[in-house]
Amino acid sequence: MCDSCGCNQPADAVTYRRPGQPESDQHHDHHHGHDHSHDHSHDHGHDQHHDHHHGETQPRTIDVEQDILLKNNLLAQRNRGWFEAKDILALNLVSSPGSGKTTLLERTIADLQTETPIAVIEGDQQTLNDAERIGATGAPVIQVNTGHGCHLDAEMIRRACAELEPADGSILMIENVGNLVCPAMFDLGEAAKVVIISVTEGDDKPLKYPTMFAAADVCLINKIDLLPYVDFDVERCEEAARTVNPRLEFRRVSATTGEGLEQWYDWLRSRRGES
Amino acid sequence: MHEMSIAMNILDIASQQAREAGAKVVHSIEIEVGDLAGIEVAALEFCFETARRSTQATSTADLVVHRIEGTGRCVECRREVPVDFYIAFCPDCPNVGLEIIQGRELKVRSLQVD
Repeated sequence: MCDSCGCNQPADAVTYRRPGQPESDQHHDHHHGHDHSHDHSHDHGHDQHHDHHHGETQPRTIDVEQDILLKNNLLAQRNRGWFEAKDILALNLVSSPGSGKTTLLERTIADLQTETPIAVIEGDQQTLNDAERIGATGAPVIQVNTGHGCHLDAEMIRRACAELEPADGSILMIENVGNLVCPAMFDLGEAAKVVIISVTEGDDKPLKYPTMFAAADVCLINKIDLLPYVDFDVERCEEAARTVNPRLEFRRVSATTGEGLEQWYDWLRSRRGES
Repeated sequence: MHEMSIAMNILDIASQQAREAGAKVVHSIEIEVGDLAGIEVAALEFCFETARRSTQATSTADLVVHRIEGTGRCVECRREVPVDFYIAFCPDCPNVGLEIIQGRELKVRSLQVD
């Protein structure tokens, strides 16, 4: 039984909520990822005769040749088309937990939302906390709670957008679950991935998590106001990231002091101009 | 982790194909996993053993994994080299990147049924 609303659904179901929405009111998506219409082979009366028959059916091979992530990839492409049609710049923000993604978003929205409408999809295992912070800026936001899930997928984005209804011409910021591994495998239909690392992490991170850095278009190095207090070598970090992604761009920022943010905004403006 | 959702996707594909072919039992599922696909095969095998019990048709199915080596081809000199990561450079041409032509596969190749 689902311990949120008592319905007969698994407790680890994916949910979609607005800030301030009570748990009992949430839209449950219990159909998480895989098809529940499994084949339970029922032996009806007449089949019993076949079971006792000793003429065995020959084992046979069925050629399948089907991509396993096909379903997610198709949905991601569908999302991509939808974003293009509505002239929405969708960005997938990825990082370790604690890099400052939400604070950066709060600041970006505060500074830019008169210039361009910004809508947000927040992803976490549990709580409405991040969506509430974003909601306080006035930007439209939806919180996806994945339960046990470690990443957002294309279906979640599709459903979140159906609820959120981002405006034509807006920037859609998708703050993925804090995780430098799994989100790299799941296309959401975004225009670009923004990987965020903070100076309180190790400067060799790009080498330790190459898949994510290879998949990103731009890397934001955040919390630069703390550089005097940590051992982080910014040049070394950028160099490490370039070995796994020669085309990666960098912006050094502090979401709290505001330093470097204008360069991040210029990157956004240039991508916005392209869409 | 997501190897479980990959295992479930494999079983969904297998169940559907078996159903369409009128087969009752899936004996084995052959998959291709490229070395650059981002999948931990041991974790996948572990998850598969549990997940296969979700349907009667697949409950005793074996998972046969064909691993595909990563190969890159230089965009300039066309030389093909084995690679273990999808950002790689040509050993002969300075700073020229390799196009990955093999190693990112993640698919169900075939099933043995009934």
